Amino acid sequence: MSTSLEPAELIQARFQLRFSAQTSTGFALDLDTEFPGRGVTAIFGQSGSGKTTLLRCVAGLERATDGRLVVKGEVWQDEQGFRPTHKRPLGYVFQESSLFPHLTAQGNLDYAIKRSGYPHDEDLYQRVLSIMGIEPVLERYPSQLSGGERQRVAIARALLIRPRLLLMDEPLASLDAARKQEILPYLEKLHASFDLPILYVSHSVDEVARLADQVLVLDEGRLIDQGPVSEVLSHLDRSLGMGEDAGVVLQGRVTERDNRWHLARVAFDRGELWIGDGGDPVGQPLRLRILARDISLAHSPHADTSVLNQLPVEVEDIADDHNPAMAWVRLKAGSERLIARVTRRSVAHLALAPGQRIWAYIKSVAIVR
Amino acid sequence: MTFSDADLAAIWLTLKLATTVTALLLVLGTPIAWWLARTRSRWKGPVGAVVALPLVLPPTVLGFYLLLVMGPNGWVGQLTQALGLGLLPFTFWGLVVASVFYSLPFVVQPIHNAIEALGERPLETAATLRAGPWDRFFTVVLPMARPGFITAAILGFAHTVGEFGVVLMIGGNIPGETRVVSVQIYDHVEALAYGQAHGLSALMVAFSFLVLLGLYGFQRNARFGMTFGGRP
Repeated sequence: MSTSLEPAELIQARFQLRFSAQTSTGFALDLDTEFPGRGVTAIFGQSGSGKTTLLRCVAGLERATDGRLVVKGEVWQDEQGFRPTHKRPLGYVFQESSLFPHLTAQGNLDYAIKRSGYPHDEDLYQRVLSIMGIEPVLERYPSQLSGGERQRVAIARALLIRPRLLLMDEPLASLDAARKQEILPYLEKLHASFDLPILYVSHSVDEVARLADQVLVLDEGRLIDQGPVSEVLSHLDRSLGMGEDAGVVLQGRVTERDNRWHLARVAFDRGELWIGDGGDPVGQPLRLRILARDISLAHSPHADTSVLNQLPVEVEDIADDHNPAMAWVRLKAGSERLIARVTRRSVAHLALAPGQRIWAYIKSVAIVR
Repeated sequence: MTFSDADLAAIWLTLKLATTVTALLLVLGTPIAWWLARTRSRWKGPVGAVVALPLVLPPTVLGFYLLLVMGPNGWVGQLTQALGLGLLPFTFWGLVVASVFYSLPFVVQPIHNAIEALGERPLETAATLRAGPWDRFFTVVLPMARPGFITAAILGFAHTVGEFGVVLMIGGNIPGETRVVSVQIYDHVEALAYGQAHGLSALMVAFSFLVLLGLYGFQRNARFGMTFGGRP
């Protein structure tokens, strides 16, 4: 996916790391890849797949026996040498709060500013504070902050070290659903406001769909898929047994707003969808997510149905789910892919086969960005 | 109750000894505690046991072997003689060396526990914030493990003040050089000068009580501070 990029724009990583237990012969991590050093790269996989280990190898917190890491043309690790963590220009946000308990929020930020190697940049400082929304809590100690506030201070601290690469290890995992919703917008702003490549470890499809530009999928320490988020998510159904969470993302643009019914029309490649009007102006790019379980299939369009969105699609392929009642149908709508999760009985009943032109009824669309 | 000049000299000598020993122990004990807290070496057990030996050995045993090693035929004795330092037994510095060994576990163990309780995370965090090893020690380990260091200093000091057996074996009873308070009390008792023995003994009781009171008060506050400060 990245062959067209210069090495100066790439992150090239090769790591082989054995499990620490001598009895085990397997690898905790065994991969060799390169990916663009810009935007948000999600490292996705189930727990135990080696995501965090990969991130720790990139940070130099874990030392792969056989490893090579080149970040935008700068060698961080190879056969000749290993650059220790404190000499790598990175920022790291840990899964749970890692603020120093003996320093105030301000003290924690100053710890980073002092060591950033740059003179104090008031402009950047103010921007980070306002984007993370932490001005009111600077005088407090970490124990006096909520989980969400702590994580926002930790992210601010990681930005103020002036990293050339930001590593985030499930920064939302230790938070409850409400707190996650509180922080996600900050992460999106982060993405939009700082021209900073981010490596984002997550096991949540939701977060990946919302934040990532490209995805690395790990399973048992190996890289099993890699590519732009829309492409990778349309593969995830079978490879990881995603079940209810499987779905794709579509990149579209608002083309019309219907004030009477409070709907907005979003056009993508060669199709369009009506969604609830979220207040986005005409021309606004949107990222939409359609879950596989929210798509049903039919041979013809229907006028007498409550389903707003009916798209003509082509069946690409069909596969069985782990669940013996269910099947996956991959669909092509222009250059975009959709996946539908339907019963095997329906597949037989509709006599679905690759190449067939059918209609997809889309029961629900979520705006993720 | 008044103290004689000899009593005052003994008190002064005791304080000087305890201060010197505490300072040395903090410098020597910290790397040992650090190593014990973080090593995965198979030597961890044996080294930990050696450090803890003075807890169970009679002071006379420790004193006896130190006397041999530092004496004219011991290898330390020959080394100090070769360096022109003379022999250590029955000198103030001999007493310092013996006390360092004798009080070592009281200093190493609180620091060891405090560093172990820190875990890896604060150090890793500091490393991702470009802090090198010394920077990490002074800005993260020292402040976060401070209660452990303070406990170690108090215990090391108090334990050195309270020693008797090792002093007698290594230091003997030389006024102004090795005659510390505990030995002075022994002398008074031998001489049936119970009044004077009483004065110094009461002083020791008061001192020990105040030290322990302070320590427990401090530890309660430190624990409170720990919860209040939150775990990393």
